Amino acid sequence: MKTRVLTVALFGLLTVGLYCPALPLDGEPYIHDPSTIMECDGKYYTFGTGGGGLISEDGWTWRGGAERRGGGLAPDAVKIGDRYLISYTSRGGGLAGGHAGAINTMWANTFDPQSPDFGFNDDSVVITTDGIEDCDAIDPGFFLDPTNGRLYLVYGTFFGFIRQIELDPKTGKRINDDDPIDIAIDCEATVMIYNDGWYYLLGTHGTCCSSANSTYNIRVGRSRNVSGPFVDHMGVDMLRGGGKLVIAANGRNVGPGHFGLIDQGEDVQKFSFHYEADLGRGGRSVLAIRSLLWQDGWPIAGEDFGGGTFTIESVRSGFTLELGVEAVSLSTTRPRRGETGPIAAIPDQDVAVVSQNWPAGDIEIRIADYMLQAHQKWTITPVAGVGGYMGSPYFKITVAGTDRALAATKDIDVIAVPAFTGASEQLWQIDQLIDGTYRIMPKSLAKEGYALTAVGRSTPSLTKFSAKNLAARWKLIAP
Amino acid sequence: MKTRFNIVMPVCGVLAVLSYQGCSSPAGGSAVNPTVVNPTVVSPSVVNPSVVSPTVVSPAVVSPTVVNPTVVNPTVVNPTVVRPTALAASSMPPYFEPAASGVKAPGPDGFLQRWLLLEPIPQSIRSNAVFTESYIRNAIGTEYFPNQFTVVPRDGDKVKIGDEESVWHALDSNGFNVKLFRFAEAMNKPTYSILFWVVTIVDSPREIHDVRMAVGSNSASMWWLNGQEAVSLFGDRRMVMDDCVSKRLTIKKGRNIIRGAVINGPGLSDFCLRFIDEAGEPIKDITLNLDTI
Repeated sequence: MKTRVLTVALFGLLTVGLYCPALPLDGEPYIHDPSTIMECDGKYYTFGTGGGGLISEDGWTWRGGAERRGGGLAPDAVKIGDRYLISYTSRGGGLAGGHAGAINTMWANTFDPQSPDFGFNDDSVVITTDGIEDCDAIDPGFFLDPTNGRLYLVYGTFFGFIRQIELDPKTGKRINDDDPIDIAIDCEATVMIYNDGWYYLLGTHGTCCSSANSTYNIRVGRSRNVSGPFVDHMGVDMLRGGGKLVIAANGRNVGPGHFGLIDQGEDVQKFSFHYEADLGRGGRSVLAIRSLLWQDGWPIAGEDFGGGTFTIESVRSGFTLELGVEAVSLSTTRPRRGETGPIAAIPDQDVAVVSQNWPAGDIEIRIADYMLQAHQKWTITPVAGVGGYMGSPYFKITVAGTDRALAATKDIDVIAVPAFTGASEQLWQIDQLIDGTYRIMPKSLAKEGYALTAVGRSTPSLTKFSAKNLAARWKLIAP
Repeated sequence: MKTRFNIVMPVCGVLAVLSYQGCSSPAGGSAVNPTVVNPTVVSPSVVNPSVVSPTVVSPAVVSPTVVNPTVVNPTVVNPTVVRPTALAASSMPPYFEPAASGVKAPGPDGFLQRWLLLEPIPQSIRSNAVFTESYIRNAIGTEYFPNQFTVVPRDGDKVKIGDEESVWHALDSNGFNVKLFRFAEAMNKPTYSILFWVVTIVDSPREIHDVRMAVGSNSASMWWLNGQEAVSLFGDRRMVMDDCVSKRLTIKKGRNIIRGAVINGPGLSDFCLRFIDEAGEPIKDITLNLDTI
């Protein structure tokens, strides 16, 4: 496949801004109310309202083809052991049954429609509402408590309360007939996650289903107890409408809703959701994936990263990644005593000029004080046609204003090659970590877990990434 | 997945203004001027604020301090007659109880839970996306019954709106929020596409300065204290406590009248209201007493 770099014109801001907006997922990611993304036999699956769903081989390019029994609304999925438990709304939500909602669960061994083991079994109702009570049993969300293995289901919509029941993780059915617990109001599409001793309830506020006028936004409260009370950062109980913002409309996308956690380990967390309307795709509802950060104990959407021009700063030293060439003194002249006259700005270094003295072949990479040098600024550009990883395409990293590209070497080191060729050693997976810093991995060694690391205060290389190793974290800073 | 509501309503006009969740808290409050009402303008039998196109009146040119009422069949059915509230007792709990005589303190967090609620006035609202400021001001500013911005009703009072009678009910809400949807349901009235008028009386033992009226409502609403517009909630809103708050206000010593109007299309209408001090703490040394009417 011919590699082609996505053009400046396509993404707009490269020529005028330092950051570029994140790219919408590739392929045909059209879905509403996506379930939590599940990995199955090397592929990713998410299911939506109506019965169908999306499949991706890399998490970047999505297309239809997933199949789910039951139809209905807003499914969710969780992996328990080597099986998958799926829930969906079989009635309610103002459909033919009004607000007499019902949620079903069922099991699957695989999501691959081509597998001989494909199929759904034990499909039955686990919770209903009568259409009169203050709840409409729709929009199920699973929560498998990592502290004890207990399984919960949260559900509901704007028609009254969000509620929680406990399920048997062996059967997927209700573990008892105790009354459901009211845990929130004024939201829908709820799910729970756990982090550092806290239980988090995430729900979607706002108006759904009005395309570009939808005001959907995802909010969160937390509790030390699995059943609440879930309180936001201002101390407002979600039973009184509280909720700290996780993500709202941004860029040219409107109405984020239906959060689903994607925990890839080693401080790489992302989340799936849908936008009610992607203006770049005619206002259609699309799947989206963003990094998930944790700030002061709260989850928040990460950078909408699409590339741009940056300095790449080492968390270890605070120094910046640079091409191993001789620095060129900035042409400044200190004014003499008593000198008057207009003060002129000093222009940035012209990379076309200073690069004339750079060696023609491969050049080593170093880490050094940031001194506004042209060889310390990097342009990160998404590359089309080479696949991607969860939620993102691969990027090339070139010295700004040049085609000199950062590359991995066969002996697991880094170097700058004279020109970008599209080889996998020159493609980079850039994941924002939960603290907002970045992990930078070459495509050629990503599966083995190698990432750019400051192995010395001033020396970069590639080592196997560990979240505990601050030397493998980088900041991307607009120069 | 958003609840899809089973209602069929006429299609409204094309939207040109996006309904967003803005608040309005007029500085110092603005008076409702009942003299603005034009009693000669009558739109018989149809209460349809959707005929006021939100595309015609830009929010920017609508004065936030003036409610521009339009009279709709202002027939009053013996407003002086006090009738007992004929509640569907079995369907009111657990949401409401008939208001007891005597005084009622605010709830533990200061929410006012004793109100006079007027049975809902039908509207023509297909989608809450129409709830721009201009739409809300026109819809609520429409005069549906005489003196609607000044009347202090009693339990059982009736008003006639178009061909329909609506009754005021004095109720205590069992929750911090007043569940208007459940009220309408218990009255066998429409629950969607409706406008509620509510009134309560606050007695204060002292003059309290620098308080704020804090409101949450589903969906849009407007609120007045002693005839002055205090705070308004525009857009398709969910009921969140302390969602919008007024500028600093003064609660008079003695009787204070709070009046509100909550409008909704498809949705679970409710509201919560309390007063908070400079530190955001609830004002609780006040009482509610509908007997004083």
